[in-house]
Amino acid sequence: MPETPETVPPNGRAPGRDQSLRSSTVAPVDRLVEVVDALPGGSVILTTVEHVLNWGRASSLWPLSFGLACCAIEMMAAGAGRFDLDRIGVFFRGTPRQADLIIVAGRATIKIAPIVRRLWEQMPEPKYVISMGSCATCGGPFYYDNYSILKGIDTVIPVDVYVPGCPPRPEALYEGVLKLQEKIKKEPFLRRRAGVATPA
Amino acid sequence: MALRTEELILNMGPQHPSTHGVLRMVVTLEGENVVDVQPDIGYLHSSVEKMMEYRTYIQSISLADRGMDYLAALANEMALLRAVETLGKIETPTRAQWLRTMFLEFQRIASHLVWLGTWGIDIGATTVFLWCFREREKVIDLFEKSTGGRLHYVYFRPGGVYEDIPDGWLQQALAFCDDFEQRLVEYDELLTANPIFEVRTKGIGVLPRATATNLGASGPVARASGVAFDVRKAFPYEKYAEVEFDIPVREEGDCFARYMVRMEEMRQSVRIVRQCVEKLPPGEIRAKVPITLRLPKGEVYTRTESPRGDLGVYLVSDGGETPYRVKIRAPAFSNLFALSEMMRGWKVADVIAILGSIDIVLADVDR
Repeated sequence: MPETPETVPPNGRAPGRDQSLRSSTVAPVDRLVEVVDALPGGSVILTTVEHVLNWGRASSLWPLSFGLACCAIEMMAAGAGRFDLDRIGVFFRGTPRQADLIIVAGRATIKIAPIVRRLWEQMPEPKYVISMGSCATCGGPFYYDNYSILKGIDTVIPVDVYVPGCPPRPEALYEGVLKLQEKIKKEPFLRRRAGVATPA
Repeated sequence: MALRTEELILNMGPQHPSTHGVLRMVVTLEGENVVDVQPDIGYLHSSVEKMMEYRTYIQSISLADRGMDYLAALANEMALLRAVETLGKIETPTRAQWLRTMFLEFQRIASHLVWLGTWGIDIGATTVFLWCFREREKVIDLFEKSTGGRLHYVYFRPGGVYEDIPDGWLQQALAFCDDFEQRLVEYDELLTANPIFEVRTKGIGVLPRATATNLGASGPVARASGVAFDVRKAFPYEKYAEVEFDIPVREEGDCFARYMVRMEEMRQSVRIVRQCVEKLPPGEIRAKVPITLRLPKGEVYTRTESPRGDLGVYLVSDGGETPYRVKIRAPAFSNLFALSEMMRGWKVADVIAILGSIDIVLADVDR
Protein backbone atom coordinates (compact mmCIF):
# COMPACT_ATOMS: atom_id res chain seq x y z
CA MET A 1 0.00 0.00 0.00
CA PRO A 2 1.38 3.44 -0.85
CA GLU A 3 1.72 5.87 1.98
CA THR A 4 -0.89 8.58 1.92
CA PRO A 5 0.96 11.70 0.78
CA GLU A 6 0.81 14.60 3.17
CA THR A 7 -1.07 17.61 1.99
CA VAL A 8 1.11 20.01 0.07
CA PRO A 9 0.53 23.76 0.53
CA PRO A 10 -0.33 25.66 -2.64
CA ASN A 11 3.06 27.35 -2.79
CA GLY A 12 4.53 23.91 -3.35
CA ARG A 13 7.16 23.93 -0.64
CA ALA A 14 7.79 21.04 1.70
CA PRO A 15 5.18 20.76 4.41
CA GLY A 16 5.68 20.35 8.10
CA ARG A 17 9.19 21.75 8.32
CA ASP A 18 10.44 21.96 11.91
CA GLN A 19 11.18 25.66 12.32
CA SER A 20 13.45 25.32 15.36
CA LEU A 21 15.70 22.87 13.56
CA ARG A 22 15.78 25.05 10.51
CA SER A 23 16.77 28.27 12.26
CA SER A 24 19.74 26.58 13.88
CA THR A 25 21.25 25.68 10.50
CA VAL A 26 20.48 28.57 8.18
CA ALA A 27 19.82 31.36 10.62
CA PRO A 28 22.79 33.66 9.76
CA VAL A 29 21.64 34.17 6.16
CA ASP A 30 18.03 34.55 7.11
CA ARG A 31 18.83 37.02 9.89
CA LEU A 32 20.94 39.06 7.45
CA VAL A 33 18.00 39.16 5.06
CA GLU A 34 15.77 40.41 7.86
CA VAL A 35 18.27 43.14 8.84
CA VAL A 36 18.87 44.31 5.28
CA ASP A 37 15.16 44.32 4.54
CA ALA A 38 14.56 46.64 7.50
CA LEU A 39 17.14 49.18 6.26
CA PRO A 40 15.96 52.10 4.10
CA GLY A 41 16.40 51.02 0.51
CA GLY A 42 17.24 47.52 1.70
CA SER A 43 14.63 45.78 -0.40
CA VAL A 44 16.24 47.19 -3.53
CA ILE A 45 19.53 45.59 -2.51
CA LEU A 46 17.77 42.33 -1.73
CA THR A 47 16.04 42.31 -5.08
CA THR A 48 19.34 42.83 -6.84
CA VAL A 49 21.04 40.08 -4.88
CA GLU A 50 18.11 37.77 -5.52
CA HIS A 51 18.24 38.60 -9.20
CA VAL A 52 21.89 37.56 -9.42
CA LEU A 53 21.33 34.42 -7.36
CA ASN A 54 18.28 33.45 -9.37
CA TRP A 55 20.19 33.89 -12.60
CA GLY A 56 22.75 31.44 -11.30
CA ARG A 57 20.15 28.98 -10.03
CA ALA A 58 18.13 29.06 -13.22
CA SER A 59 21.18 28.61 -15.42
CA SER A 60 22.43 25.50 -13.68
CA LEU A 61 19.45 23.26 -13.10
CA TRP A 62 20.64 19.80 -12.18
CA PRO A 63 17.92 17.23 -12.69
CA LEU A 64 17.89 13.81 -11.15
CA SER A 65 18.48 11.16 -13.78
CA PHE A 66 15.37 9.18 -12.98
CA GLY A 67 13.46 7.72 -15.90
CA LEU A 68 10.23 5.86 -15.44
CA ALA A 69 9.05 4.87 -18.91
CA CYS A 70 9.07 5.89 -22.57
CA CYS A 71 9.48 9.61 -21.85
CA ALA A 72 12.84 8.79 -20.31
CA ILE A 73 14.08 7.82 -23.77
CA GLU A 74 13.12 11.23 -25.08
CA MET A 75 14.72 12.76 -21.99
CA MET A 76 17.92 10.87 -22.85
CA ALA A 77 17.63 12.04 -26.45
CA ALA A 78 17.27 15.60 -25.18
CA GLY A 79 20.43 15.12 -23.15
CA ALA A 80 22.37 13.58 -26.04
CA GLY A 81 24.30 15.34 -28.77
CA ARG A 82 21.60 16.59 -31.09
CA PHE A 83 19.50 18.49 -28.59
CA ASP A 84 22.10 18.79 -25.86
CA LEU A 85 20.44 20.01 -22.68
CA ASP A 86 23.90 20.84 -21.35
CA ARG A 87 23.81 24.07 -23.35
CA ILE A 88 21.25 25.56 -21.01
CA GLY A 89 23.01 24.28 -17.93
CA VAL A 90 20.95 21.13 -17.42
CA PHE A 91 23.24 18.38 -16.25
CA PHE A 92 21.92 15.05 -15.04
CA ARG A 93 22.92 13.82 -11.60
CA GLY A 94 22.65 10.31 -10.27
CA THR A 95 21.62 11.11 -6.74
CA PRO A 96 18.79 13.23 -5.36
CA ARG A 97 21.18 14.90 -2.89
CA GLN A 98 22.86 16.77 -5.73
CA ALA A 99 19.74 17.52 -7.74
CA ASP A 100 17.43 20.49 -7.62
CA LEU A 101 15.02 19.33 -10.30
CA ILE A 102 13.20 16.06 -10.81
CA ILE A 103 11.82 15.35 -14.27
CA VAL A 104 9.09 12.77 -13.80
CA ALA A 105 9.43 11.10 -17.20
CA GLY A 106 6.78 8.52 -17.78
CA ARG A 107 3.90 6.81 -16.10
CA ALA A 108 4.16 6.34 -12.37
CA THR A 109 2.52 3.28 -10.88
CA ILE A 110 0.97 3.12 -7.47
CA LYS A 111 3.90 0.92 -6.46
CA ILE A 112 6.50 3.53 -7.34
CA ALA A 113 4.60 6.56 -6.04
CA PRO A 114 6.05 6.41 -2.49
CA ILE A 115 9.53 6.10 -3.98
CA VAL A 116 9.09 9.18 -6.17
CA ARG A 117 7.82 10.98 -3.08
CA ARG A 118 10.87 9.90 -1.08
CA LEU A 119 13.26 10.94 -3.85
CA TRP A 120 11.62 14.34 -3.90
CA GLU A 121 11.94 14.59 -0.13
CA GLN A 122 15.63 13.68 -0.34
CA MET A 123 16.36 16.57 -2.68
CA PRO A 124 17.64 19.74 -0.99
CA GLU A 125 15.59 22.94 -1.14
CA PRO A 126 14.94 24.84 -3.36
CA LYS A 127 13.64 22.10 -5.63
CA TYR A 128 11.42 21.90 -8.67
CA VAL A 129 9.41 19.29 -10.48
CA ILE A 130 8.73 18.94 -14.21
CA SER A 131 5.99 16.50 -15.11
CA MET A 132 6.97 15.18 -18.51
CA GLY A 133 4.32 13.60 -20.70
CA SER A 134 0.66 12.86 -20.44
CA CYS A 135 1.07 9.89 -18.10
CA ALA A 136 2.93 11.84 -15.45
CA THR A 137 0.53 14.75 -15.85
CA CYS A 138 -2.81 12.98 -15.65
CA GLY A 139 -2.46 9.27 -16.38
CA GLY A 140 -2.56 9.82 -20.14
CA PRO A 141 -3.54 6.80 -22.21
CA PHE A 142 -3.54 4.71 -19.04
CA TYR A 143 -6.37 6.69 -17.45
CA TYR A 144 -9.32 4.43 -18.18
CA ASP A 145 -9.75 0.73 -17.38
CA ASN A 146 -6.53 0.68 -15.45
CA TYR A 147 -5.79 -0.45 -11.93
CA SER A 148 -2.09 0.22 -11.54
CA ILE A 149 -1.17 3.65 -12.90
CA LEU A 150 -1.29 6.80 -10.82
CA LYS A 151 -3.61 9.41 -12.30
CA GLY A 152 -1.02 12.15 -12.34
CA ILE A 153 2.18 12.58 -10.38
CA ASP A 154 0.81 15.82 -8.85
CA THR A 155 -1.20 13.67 -6.48
CA VAL A 156 2.14 12.80 -4.85
CA ILE A 157 4.53 15.71 -5.35
CA PRO A 158 3.92 19.36 -6.30
CA VAL A 159 4.58 20.05 -9.98
CA ASP A 160 5.98 23.31 -11.32
CA VAL A 161 5.81 22.74 -15.07
CA TYR A 162 3.71 20.29 -17.06
CA VAL A 163 5.05 19.23 -20.46
CA PRO A 164 2.31 17.73 -22.65
CA GLY A 165 2.87 15.05 -25.25
CA CYS A 166 3.00 11.29 -25.57
CA PRO A 167 5.95 11.33 -25.42
CA PRO A 168 6.89 15.01 -25.66
CA ARG A 169 9.53 15.75 -28.22
CA PRO A 170 12.90 16.85 -26.86
CA GLU A 171 12.05 20.36 -28.03
CA ALA A 172 8.97 20.27 -25.79
CA LEU A 173 11.10 19.29 -22.83
CA TYR A 174 13.34 22.23 -23.72
CA GLU A 175 10.35 24.53 -23.60
CA GLY A 176 9.43 23.12 -20.22
CA VAL A 177 12.91 23.75 -18.81
CA LEU A 178 12.92 27.29 -20.22
CA LYS A 179 9.52 27.97 -18.64
CA LEU A 180 10.87 26.70 -15.34
CA GLN A 181 13.86 29.02 -15.68
CA GLU A 182 11.49 31.95 -16.18
CA LYS A 183 9.67 30.94 -13.05
CA ILE A 184 12.86 30.64 -11.03
CA LYS A 185 14.07 34.04 -12.15
CA LYS A 186 10.99 35.70 -10.68
CA GLU A 187 11.26 34.02 -7.29
CA PRO A 188 11.95 36.12 -4.15
CA PHE A 189 13.55 33.06 -2.64
CA LEU A 190 15.83 34.73 -0.04
CA ARG A 191 12.93 36.61 1.46
CA ARG A 192 10.67 33.60 1.31
CA ARG A 193 13.28 31.61 3.21
CA ALA A 194 13.63 34.26 5.86
CA GLY A 195 9.87 34.65 6.13
CA VAL A 196 10.03 38.37 5.19
CA ALA A 197 7.06 39.79 3.32
CA THR A 198 7.87 40.49 -0.31
CA PRO A 199 7.18 43.96 -1.70
CA ALA A 200 4.18 44.10 -3.98
CA MET B 1 42.20 -18.61 9.98
CA ALA B 2 39.94 -17.03 7.46
CA LEU B 3 38.42 -13.71 8.26
CA ARG B 4 34.75 -14.10 8.96
CA THR B 5 32.56 -11.63 7.16
CA GLU B 6 28.88 -11.03 7.49
CA GLU B 7 26.59 -11.02 4.53
CA LEU B 8 25.43 -7.58 3.50
CA ILE B 9 22.12 -7.01 1.80
CA LEU B 10 22.35 -4.15 -0.65
CA ASN B 11 19.33 -2.57 -2.25
CA MET B 12 19.86 -1.37 -5.80
CA GLY B 13 17.16 0.69 -7.36
CA PRO B 14 14.43 1.43 -8.28
CA GLN B 15 16.15 4.78 -8.67
CA HIS B 16 19.57 3.91 -9.98
CA PRO B 17 21.06 5.41 -13.12
CA SER B 18 22.05 1.98 -14.40
CA THR B 19 18.96 -0.10 -13.80
CA HIS B 20 17.48 0.98 -17.15
CA GLY B 21 14.23 2.03 -15.66
CA VAL B 22 12.77 1.00 -12.38
CA LEU B 23 14.16 -2.43 -11.61
CA ARG B 24 14.96 -3.09 -7.97
CA MET B 25 17.58 -5.67 -7.14
CA VAL B 26 18.18 -7.06 -3.68
CA VAL B 27 21.84 -8.01 -3.83
CA THR B 28 23.31 -10.21 -1.11
CA LEU B 29 27.01 -9.54 -0.78
CA GLU B 30 29.78 -11.25 1.08
CA GLY B 31 32.56 -8.76 1.07
CA GLU B 32 32.66 -7.70 -2.53
CA ASN B 33 31.32 -10.93 -3.95
CA VAL B 34 27.74 -11.36 -5.03
CA VAL B 35 26.07 -14.28 -3.27
CA ASP B 36 22.59 -13.82 -4.61
CA VAL B 37 20.47 -11.38 -6.57
CA GLN B 38 16.71 -11.13 -6.30
CA PRO B 39 15.09 -8.84 -8.84
CA ASP B 40 11.98 -7.05 -7.63
CA ILE B 41 9.75 -6.09 -10.51
CA GLY B 42 6.36 -4.50 -10.92
CA TYR B 43 7.31 -0.86 -10.55
CA LEU B 44 6.10 -0.19 -14.08
CA HIS B 45 3.16 -2.55 -14.25
CA SER B 46 0.76 -0.75 -16.56
CA SER B 47 -1.90 -3.47 -16.88
CA VAL B 48 -1.93 -3.31 -20.70
CA GLU B 49 -3.14 -6.88 -21.01
CA LYS B 50 -6.24 -6.00 -19.03
CA MET B 51 -6.70 -2.70 -20.87
CA MET B 52 -6.61 -4.45 -24.23
CA GLU B 53 -9.71 -6.38 -23.23
CA TYR B 54 -11.58 -3.08 -23.31
CA ARG B 55 -10.03 -1.77 -26.55
CA THR B 56 -10.73 -2.65 -30.15
CA TYR B 57 -7.87 -4.23 -32.05
CA ILE B 58 -6.86 -0.96 -33.70
CA GLN B 59 -6.94 0.86 -30.37
CA SER B 60 -4.79 -1.88 -28.86
CA ILE B 61 -1.96 -1.03 -31.27
CA SER B 62 -1.28 2.27 -29.57
CA LEU B 63 -1.31 0.49 -26.23
CA ALA B 64 1.16 -2.09 -27.52
CA ASP B 65 3.49 0.79 -28.42
CA ARG B 66 3.44 2.30 -24.99
CA GLY B 67 2.65 -0.47 -22.59
CA MET B 68 5.15 -3.01 -23.88
CA ASP B 69 8.76 -2.64 -24.90
CA TYR B 70 8.89 1.08 -25.70
CA LEU B 71 12.33 0.92 -27.28
CA ALA B 72 10.96 -1.21 -30.10
CA ALA B 73 7.41 -0.02 -30.60
CA LEU B 74 7.10 -1.42 -34.11
CA ALA B 75 8.13 -4.89 -32.93
CA ASN B 76 5.24 -4.81 -30.45
CA GLU B 77 2.81 -3.73 -33.15
CA MET B 78 4.05 -6.58 -35.30
CA ALA B 79 3.64 -9.09 -32.48
CA LEU B 80 0.08 -8.03 -31.79
CA LEU B 81 -0.90 -7.77 -35.43
CA ARG B 82 0.58 -11.11 -36.29
CA ALA B 83 -1.79 -12.68 -33.82
CA VAL B 84 -4.72 -10.61 -35.06
CA GLU B 85 -4.00 -11.35 -38.71
CA THR B 86 -3.42 -15.05 -38.12
CA LEU B 87 -6.68 -15.44 -36.25
CA GLY B 88 -8.65 -13.25 -38.64
CA LYS B 89 -6.96 -14.76 -41.71
CA ILE B 90 -6.19 -11.29 -43.02
CA GLU B 91 -3.89 -11.15 -46.03
CA THR B 92 -1.52 -8.21 -46.26
CA PRO B 93 -0.38 -6.84 -49.64
CA THR B 94 3.17 -7.67 -50.69
CA ARG B 95 4.37 -4.09 -50.55
CA ALA B 96 3.11 -3.73 -46.99
CA GLN B 97 4.97 -6.88 -45.99
CA TRP B 98 8.22 -5.56 -47.42
CA LEU B 99 7.68 -2.20 -45.74
CA ARG B 100 7.04 -3.94 -42.44
CA THR B 101 10.19 -6.03 -42.72
CA MET B 102 12.24 -2.94 -43.49
CA PHE B 103 10.78 -0.92 -40.62
CA LEU B 104 11.24 -3.78 -38.18
CA GLU B 105 14.92 -3.94 -39.02
CA PHE B 106 15.29 -0.18 -38.64
CA GLN B 107 13.58 -0.56 -35.30
CA ARG B 108 16.08 -3.24 -34.33
CA ILE B 109 18.95 -0.90 -35.16
CA ALA B 110 17.39 1.94 -33.14
CA SER B 111 16.75 -0.33 -30.17
CA HIS B 112 20.23 -1.84 -30.18
CA LEU B 113 21.73 1.64 -30.42
CA VAL B 114 19.94 2.72 -27.25
CA TRP B 115 21.14 -0.45 -25.58
CA LEU B 116 24.74 0.11 -26.64
CA GLY B 117 24.69 3.75 -25.60
CA THR B 118 23.22 3.18 -22.16
CA TRP B 119 25.39 0.16 -21.53
CA GLY B 120 28.39 2.27 -22.48
CA ILE B 121 27.43 4.80 -19.82
CA ASP B 122 26.97 1.99 -17.30
CA ILE B 123 30.49 0.73 -17.73
CA GLY B 124 32.00 4.18 -17.95
CA ALA B 125 32.16 5.17 -21.62
CA THR B 126 30.06 8.28 -22.20
CA THR B 127 31.32 8.72 -25.76
CA VAL B 128 29.42 5.62 -26.87
CA PHE B 129 26.18 7.11 -25.63
CA LEU B 130 26.63 10.31 -27.59
CA TRP B 131 27.67 8.46 -30.74
CA CYS B 132 24.83 5.96 -30.57
CA PHE B 133 22.21 8.61 -30.05
CA ARG B 134 23.62 10.56 -32.99
CA GLU B 135 22.93 7.56 -35.25
CA ARG B 136 19.65 6.80 -33.56
CA GLU B 137 18.37 10.28 -34.33
CA LYS B 138 18.90 9.53 -38.01
CA VAL B 139 16.78 6.39 -37.76
CA ILE B 140 14.17 8.33 -35.83
CA ASP B 141 14.16 10.96 -38.60
CA LEU B 142 13.42 8.25 -41.13
CA PHE B 143 10.59 6.97 -38.94
CA GLU B 144 9.26 10.45 -38.41
CA LYS B 145 9.11 11.15 -42.13
CA SER B 146 7.02 8.10 -42.85
CA THR B 147 5.04 7.53 -39.66
CA GLY B 148 4.94 10.94 -38.00
CA GLY B 149 6.15 9.69 -34.64
CA ARG B 150 9.50 9.63 -32.93
CA LEU B 151 8.92 6.88 -30.43
CA HIS B 152 5.36 5.60 -30.73
CA TYR B 153 4.36 5.12 -34.33
CA VAL B 154 1.05 3.23 -34.61
CA TYR B 155 2.21 2.57 -38.15
CA PHE B 156 1.25 -1.06 -38.67
CA ARG B 157 -2.47 -1.64 -39.02
CA PRO B 158 -4.46 -4.82 -39.52
CA GLY B 159 -3.94 -5.70 -43.16
CA GLY B 160 -0.97 -3.47 -43.91
CA VAL B 161 0.61 -0.20 -42.90
CA TYR B 162 -0.97 3.17 -42.29
CA GLU B 163 0.71 5.23 -44.98
CA ASP B 164 3.13 4.78 -47.84
CA ILE B 165 6.63 6.10 -47.53
CA PRO B 166 7.19 9.62 -48.90
CA ASP B 167 9.18 10.38 -52.05
CA GLY B 168 12.92 10.17 -51.66
CA TRP B 169 12.63 8.15 -48.47
CA LEU B 170 14.35 5.10 -49.92
CA GLN B 171 17.36 7.14 -50.99
CA GLN B 172 17.64 8.53 -47.49
CA ALA B 173 17.37 5.04 -46.06
CA LEU B 174 20.16 3.81 -48.32
CA ALA B 175 22.27 6.83 -47.44
CA PHE B 176 21.77 5.98 -43.79
CA CYS B 177 22.84 2.38 -44.44
CA ASP B 178 26.06 3.53 -46.13
CA ASP B 179 26.80 5.91 -43.30
CA PHE B 180 25.87 3.49 -40.56
CA GLU B 181 28.16 0.72 -41.77
CA GLN B 182 31.10 3.07 -41.37
CA ARG B 183 29.86 4.13 -37.94
CA LEU B 184 29.77 0.50 -36.87
CA VAL B 185 33.44 0.25 -37.75
CA GLU B 186 34.02 3.27 -35.53
CA TYR B 187 32.18 1.60 -32.66
CA ASP B 188 34.34 -1.45 -33.19
CA GLU B 189 37.46 0.66 -32.98
CA LEU B 190 36.15 2.37 -29.88
CA LEU B 191 35.02 -0.71 -27.98
CA THR B 192 35.86 -4.12 -29.39
CA ALA B 193 39.61 -3.73 -29.17
CA ASN B 194 39.49 -1.49 -26.12
CA PRO B 195 41.43 -3.16 -23.27
CA ILE B 196 39.33 -1.49 -20.56
CA PHE B 197 36.14 -2.65 -22.23
CA GLU B 198 37.54 -6.17 -22.56
CA VAL B 199 38.43 -6.33 -18.90
CA ARG B 200 34.95 -5.18 -17.93
CA THR B 201 33.13 -7.61 -20.22
CA LYS B 202 35.20 -10.63 -21.32
CA GLY B 203 34.47 -13.70 -19.25
CA ILE B 204 32.05 -11.72 -17.04
CA GLY B 205 28.58 -13.02 -16.31
CA VAL B 206 28.80 -16.30 -18.15
CA LEU B 207 25.47 -17.93 -18.92
CA PRO B 208 25.93 -21.58 -19.90
CA ARG B 209 23.95 -22.86 -22.83
CA ALA B 210 21.94 -25.38 -20.81
CA THR B 211 20.96 -22.76 -18.23
CA ALA B 212 19.93 -20.35 -20.95
CA THR B 213 17.57 -22.84 -22.55
CA ASN B 214 16.23 -24.09 -19.22
CA LEU B 215 15.40 -20.59 -18.06
CA GLY B 216 13.71 -19.68 -21.32
CA ALA B 217 16.17 -17.03 -22.36
CA SER B 218 15.84 -15.90 -25.95
CA GLY B 219 17.12 -13.35 -28.38
CA PRO B 220 20.69 -12.07 -28.24
CA VAL B 221 21.11 -13.35 -24.67
CA ALA B 222 20.49 -16.94 -25.73
CA ARG B 223 22.36 -16.58 -29.02
CA ALA B 224 25.43 -15.37 -27.15
CA SER B 225 25.29 -18.63 -25.18
CA GLY B 226 25.31 -20.77 -28.27
CA VAL B 227 21.58 -21.24 -28.86
CA ALA B 228 21.20 -20.77 -32.60
CA PHE B 229 17.53 -19.83 -32.51
CA ASP B 230 15.88 -16.87 -34.11
CA VAL B 231 12.15 -16.67 -34.79
CA ARG B 232 12.86 -14.84 -38.03
CA LYS B 233 14.62 -17.97 -39.32
CA ALA B 234 12.71 -20.68 -37.51
CA PHE B 235 9.17 -19.38 -38.07
CA PRO B 236 9.52 -16.71 -40.75
CA TYR B 237 6.89 -14.01 -40.86
CA GLU B 238 6.37 -11.15 -43.29
CA LYS B 239 9.22 -11.36 -45.82
CA TYR B 240 11.97 -12.78 -43.64
CA ALA B 241 11.91 -16.00 -45.64
CA GLU B 242 12.83 -14.11 -48.79
CA VAL B 243 15.79 -12.11 -47.52
CA GLU B 244 19.26 -13.40 -46.84
CA PHE B 245 20.74 -12.82 -43.43
CA ASP B 246 22.82 -14.65 -40.88
CA ILE B 247 22.07 -15.34 -37.26
CA PRO B 248 25.11 -14.38 -35.22
CA VAL B 249 25.86 -17.00 -32.58
CA ARG B 250 28.64 -16.97 -30.00
CA GLU B 251 29.62 -19.78 -27.70
CA GLU B 252 31.16 -17.88 -24.78
CA GLY B 253 27.97 -16.68 -23.09
CA ASP B 254 29.64 -13.71 -21.42
CA CYS B 255 28.91 -9.98 -21.61
CA PHE B 256 31.35 -9.55 -24.49
CA ALA B 257 29.61 -12.25 -26.51
CA ARG B 258 26.26 -10.54 -25.99
CA TYR B 259 27.83 -7.31 -27.18
CA MET B 260 29.31 -8.98 -30.25
CA VAL B 261 26.01 -10.66 -31.12
CA ARG B 262 24.12 -7.37 -31.02
CA MET B 263 26.78 -5.57 -33.06
CA GLU B 264 26.57 -8.29 -35.70
CA GLU B 265 22.75 -8.13 -35.62
CA MET B 266 22.92 -4.45 -36.48
CA ARG B 267 25.10 -5.30 -39.49
CA GLN B 268 22.65 -7.98 -40.55
CA SER B 269 19.78 -5.53 -40.14
CA VAL B 270 21.49 -3.15 -42.55
CA ARG B 271 21.84 -6.06 -44.93
CA ILE B 272 18.13 -6.87 -44.69
CA VAL B 273 17.17 -3.22 -45.18
CA ARG B 274 19.22 -3.06 -48.37
CA GLN B 275 17.48 -6.13 -49.75
CA CYS B 276 14.08 -4.72 -48.80
CA VAL B 277 14.83 -1.46 -50.61
CA GLU B 278 15.90 -3.43 -53.65
CA LYS B 279 12.91 -5.75 -53.72
CA LEU B 280 10.21 -3.29 -52.62
CA PRO B 281 7.42 -3.66 -55.20
CA PRO B 282 4.85 -1.00 -56.08
CA GLY B 283 1.25 -1.61 -55.20
CA GLU B 284 -1.28 -1.52 -52.43
CA ILE B 285 -0.14 -0.96 -48.87
CA ARG B 286 -3.28 -1.91 -46.98
CA ALA B 287 -5.90 -4.56 -47.44
CA LYS B 288 -9.54 -3.62 -47.01
CA VAL B 289 -10.20 -4.33 -43.37
CA PRO B 290 -13.19 -2.89 -41.51
CA ILE B 291 -12.39 -0.35 -38.80
CA THR B 292 -14.40 -2.27 -36.23
CA LEU B 293 -12.66 -5.52 -36.80
CA ARG B 294 -14.37 -8.63 -35.45
CA LEU B 295 -12.22 -11.71 -35.23
CA PRO B 296 -13.78 -15.17 -35.36
CA LYS B 297 -14.14 -17.10 -32.15
CA GLY B 298 -10.94 -18.90 -31.30
CA GLU B 299 -7.47 -18.57 -29.91
CA VAL B 300 -4.00 -18.23 -31.38
CA TYR B 301 -0.41 -17.99 -30.21
CA THR B 302 2.08 -16.29 -32.50
CA ARG B 303 5.67 -15.35 -31.99
CA THR B 304 7.94 -12.72 -33.46
CA GLU B 305 11.54 -11.78 -32.92
CA SER B 306 11.71 -8.45 -31.14
CA PRO B 307 15.14 -6.87 -30.54
CA ARG B 308 15.05 -8.47 -27.09
CA GLY B 309 14.06 -11.94 -28.18
CA ASP B 310 11.09 -14.18 -28.65
CA LEU B 311 8.01 -11.98 -28.28
CA GLY B 312 4.83 -14.02 -28.24
CA VAL B 313 1.19 -13.00 -28.11
CA TYR B 314 -1.58 -15.34 -27.04
CA LEU B 315 -4.89 -13.97 -28.23
CA VAL B 316 -8.32 -15.32 -27.38
CA SER B 317 -11.32 -13.95 -29.21
CA ASP B 318 -14.97 -14.55 -28.39
CA GLY B 319 -16.13 -13.08 -31.65
CA GLY B 320 -16.54 -9.54 -30.37
CA GLU B 321 -14.92 -6.25 -31.23
CA THR B 322 -12.40 -6.58 -28.43
CA PRO B 323 -10.15 -9.49 -27.51
CA TYR B 324 -11.33 -11.74 -24.74
CA ARG B 325 -7.82 -12.13 -23.40
CA VAL B 326 -4.36 -11.09 -24.51
CA LYS B 327 -1.29 -12.61 -22.93
CA ILE B 328 2.08 -11.25 -23.86
CA ARG B 329 5.13 -13.44 -23.54
CA ALA B 330 7.76 -10.79 -23.00
CA PRO B 331 11.37 -11.62 -23.83
CA ALA B 332 12.86 -9.21 -21.31
CA PHE B 333 10.85 -10.88 -18.55
CA SER B 334 12.13 -14.33 -19.45
CA ASN B 335 15.68 -13.10 -19.82
CA LEU B 336 15.44 -11.63 -16.33
CA PHE B 337 15.26 -15.15 -14.89
CA ALA B 338 18.84 -15.66 -15.97
CA LEU B 339 19.93 -12.60 -14.02
CA SER B 340 20.74 -14.21 -10.69
CA GLU B 341 22.40 -17.17 -12.44
CA MET B 342 24.68 -14.79 -14.32
CA MET B 343 25.55 -12.58 -11.38
CA ARG B 344 26.25 -15.18 -8.72
CA GLY B 345 29.92 -15.19 -7.79
CA TRP B 346 30.90 -11.97 -9.52
CA LYS B 347 32.01 -8.74 -7.92
CA VAL B 348 29.57 -5.99 -7.10
CA ALA B 349 31.02 -3.81 -9.85
CA ASP B 350 30.13 -6.45 -12.42
CA VAL B 351 26.46 -6.36 -11.46
CA ILE B 352 25.91 -3.27 -13.57
CA ALA B 353 27.83 -4.63 -16.55
CA ILE B 354 25.84 -7.88 -16.47
CA LEU B 355 22.48 -6.20 -15.98
CA GLY B 356 23.16 -3.86 -18.89
CA SER B 357 24.26 -6.70 -21.13
CA ILE B 358 20.88 -8.47 -21.06
CA ASP B 359 19.21 -5.34 -22.46
CA ILE B 360 16.37 -5.03 -20.06
CA VAL B 361 13.37 -2.80 -20.66
CA LEU B 362 11.16 -2.60 -17.65
CA ALA B 363 7.98 -1.88 -19.59
CA ASP B 364 8.51 -5.20 -21.33
CA VAL B 365 9.09 -6.97 -18.02
CA ASP B 366 6.15 -5.52 -16.14
CA ARG B 367 3.73 -4.72 -18.97
